[in-house]
Amino acid sequence: MNRTNKILRYVSRRLLQGIPIILAIIVLNFFLLNLAEGDAVDVLAGEAGSATPEYMEQLRAKFGLDKPLPVQLLVYLKNVVTLDLGYSFRHDMPVSKLIVDRFWPTLLLMVSTIILAVGFGILLGLLAAVSLNTWKDAVITVFALITYATPLFWVGLMMIVVFSLNFGWFPTSGMENIAAFHEGFDRVKDIAHHLVLPTITLSLFYLALYTRMMRASMLEQYGLDYVVTARAKGLTERRITFVHVLRNALLPVVTMAGVQVGALIGGSVIVESVFAWPGLGMLAFESLFARDLNLLLGIFLLSSALVVAVNLIVDVIYSFLDPRIEIG
Amino acid sequence: MTKHLLSINDLSILLPEGADRKCAIDNVNLTLNAGETLCVVGESGSGKSLTAKAIMGLLPAPHVRVGSGSINFGSEDLVQVSYERLRQIRGSEISMIFQEPMTALNPVMSIGNQIDEIFRYHASMTKLERQGKAIQLLKDVKLPDPKQIMNTFPHELSGGQRQRAMIAMALALSPKILIADEPTTALDVTTQAQILKLIKEMQSTYNSGVLFITHDFGVVADIADRVAVMQEGLIVESGKVDQVLNQPNHPYTKSLIAAVPSLTPRAPRKKSDESVIEVKKLNKVFGGEKSFFGFGKSKRIVNAVQNVSLDLFQGETLGIVGESGSGKSTLARCIIRLMDYDDGDVSIDGTNISKMGRAEMRPVRAKMQMVFQDPFASLNPRIKIGNIIAQGPLIQGKSKSEAEARARELLSVVGLDSKSYDRYPHEFSGGQRQRIGIARALALKPEVLVADEPVSALDVSIQAQILKLLDDIRIQMNLSMIFITHDLRVAAQVCDRIVVMRYGEIVEVGTTSEIFSNPTHDYSKELLNAVPGKGWEKENKNSASL
Repeated sequence: MNRTNKILRYVSRRLLQGIPIILAIIVLNFFLLNLAEGDAVDVLAGEAGSATPEYMEQLRAKFGLDKPLPVQLLVYLKNVVTLDLGYSFRHDMPVSKLIVDRFWPTLLLMVSTIILAVGFGILLGLLAAVSLNTWKDAVITVFALITYATPLFWVGLMMIVVFSLNFGWFPTSGMENIAAFHEGFDRVKDIAHHLVLPTITLSLFYLALYTRMMRASMLEQYGLDYVVTARAKGLTERRITFVHVLRNALLPVVTMAGVQVGALIGGSVIVESVFAWPGLGMLAFESLFARDLNLLLGIFLLSSALVVAVNLIVDVIYSFLDPRIEIG
Repeated sequence: MTKHLLSINDLSILLPEGADRKCAIDNVNLTLNAGETLCVVGESGSGKSLTAKAIMGLLPAPHVRVGSGSINFGSEDLVQVSYERLRQIRGSEISMIFQEPMTALNPVMSIGNQIDEIFRYHASMTKLERQGKAIQLLKDVKLPDPKQIMNTFPHELSGGQRQRAMIAMALALSPKILIADEPTTALDVTTQAQILKLIKEMQSTYNSGVLFITHDFGVVADIADRVAVMQEGLIVESGKVDQVLNQPNHPYTKSLIAAVPSLTPRAPRKKSDESVIEVKKLNKVFGGEKSFFGFGKSKRIVNAVQNVSLDLFQGETLGIVGESGSGKSTLARCIIRLMDYDDGDVSIDGTNISKMGRAEMRPVRAKMQMVFQDPFASLNPRIKIGNIIAQGPLIQGKSKSEAEARARELLSVVGLDSKSYDRYPHEFSGGQRQRIGIARALALKPEVLVADEPVSALDVSIQAQILKLLDDIRIQMNLSMIFITHDLRVAAQVCDRIVVMRYGEIVEVGTTSEIFSNPTHDYSKELLNAVPGKGWEKENKNSASL
């Protein structure tokens, strides 16, 4: 069978398998969120200051919150299947519109973080392994250790203190300078400028992780028999490192990167809050306190779909990197 | 005297501080001439592989390095030449093939690319020329469909094909010297015979000198012109192949040769008619079940064991021989129900055990015990030896003191110090660990011992000791034994009857002498023909043994 066909078949099968997974995640999330005390009505009433129990009951009936949980779940599932994610009373907007608006900033942040973390992680790991036991290796290892051990929110705050407040190089928060009404390329530049600090903050931990992994993976590969063979064939060390060892050493890093995309969404909650980045993470944070369950469920649904998709992409990439992995 | 192609003079290789000896090899002298095959023989740790690596400058520096001496190749000393010059020599003038072709090839690079890079780094040729040359090479080493092989990856080839590809790579630039480091150890015996033949043919085509490292005297007898025997870093004896094999001088050489099992089966013993284990129409298929989330994904099905019926009689040793993938280990595991089978019946002492549940099986398990192949992987590294042995009796309901007494007794039965009781597996050598494995199996006083390649990971002298131990124990405890092996020499010395397996099926059953003197099935004949060194009559063996 030809390869393209095989991959297409594999992808469609994996997408089909994703449906029950996502449904299971919805059900689980639904019950988990309902375990928490209080609902949107409690919050609304609390904020309004004066609400009679009768009025609260009326609101609950209006939102459908008075029905038993299984019924609420079935209604929600039915809506999801028809691609209706419900309405956020808090924001007075349909959930789907809200999360799609907030999705792009998060995606931008995630993609730039992954590129930075994986790219530089691989580079630094490679450099450390090639110059094993020299000062370069020592500097990289210590750098990786420190960033690995530093909490995200602290890094974010320090970044703001040092680079925004002291040096004034970067803006402290937000995604763009709204008052400036930039258009076209200027707007891209402005967003990129705002992107720098959040990306660095979010990627440092992963950068350290990938650096360490890549270094260990390179060293492990150097010890294998095929490297001896390559030397016995009279290849240059350059060729051995960059062609033979590098590609083999990449495999575990790619696997890890794929697995961690999910964790990255979690990490973005903190970073988005620190930098007031208008993404899903911040939205999730706000809606949690507002008990805006519809919105939260929508965000979780999108995130789980994203994780399923990314895992699939990684698996396909992996099959190209490693011919031993057979798709199908 | 003509000038040698390669001469190693007083070469010493230093080991790092704290190793069990100071020098990996000490004052080694070797010479190799064009068109000649020099075999370096020795057991593990004798320094034979390091000698080969030193020639290529492939020692794992900086921990292991040349201390003194020279390696003269042409007008150059390979110990002294610059790194760049050494790189040029590697692969073009001296090349090397390795033991395990799976790990020696880069798993993510196509065979074609791996051959191509030799040309790229040693010769200036256009892409098309290189490709043509590579295809020609693959044809020379008799790989089927060379054009297609160019685009395959190592895992898509069989072990023998991979080693052929390795040889093609090594011969790409018609080297003056080919170093072969145990190139057939990981291969099946029939494949081994083909590869040895190929190396011989290539040698006569290119008139290269071959330095062949091996531990197998059968292989030596088949291909060597001259032999050097190494023991703990020293060359204890060297000379022409006939002389070393048939009139060895050094006691070590004598003991090694004496330890090689003879191909002449031992005298048949009286056979009992009482069947201990009866296997009827056993079938085992791998990869048959469909998973729920598979959505019609087609799975590869392997018929590991097909329609196998056999009997094991009281007191006999039944050998199961076959090449890798023939299903011999799977069959053994199915018989003692370490693995569930799809179809068929197994009875022990007349009781059918195929349908028994876990609890019902437990008392039966004590009757059948297993000794595994790899003594390093089959002992739990975190449990003391004594507890490993005592575990079985404890599970079967013996008291703690009883189990301990039994374990101590068994340690002495298998020839280990009783102080071993409180030690951990890593403190023992391979041979000692295999003794521990045997003691563990004996702890439950089994009726049947299943030994799955119990000696194939061991050096030949240790192998002889373990085989003797197994034989003594079998007589002493009146055991019946199923002995799985790929080595027909071992089978000849150990087994009363032999079952030959191929592709999960039994192709021939017979007494050892029947199979060896008069095999009926073509495959049995092929196997026997492929045994290395079968032409080497060990007429002096008895006088040479200690």
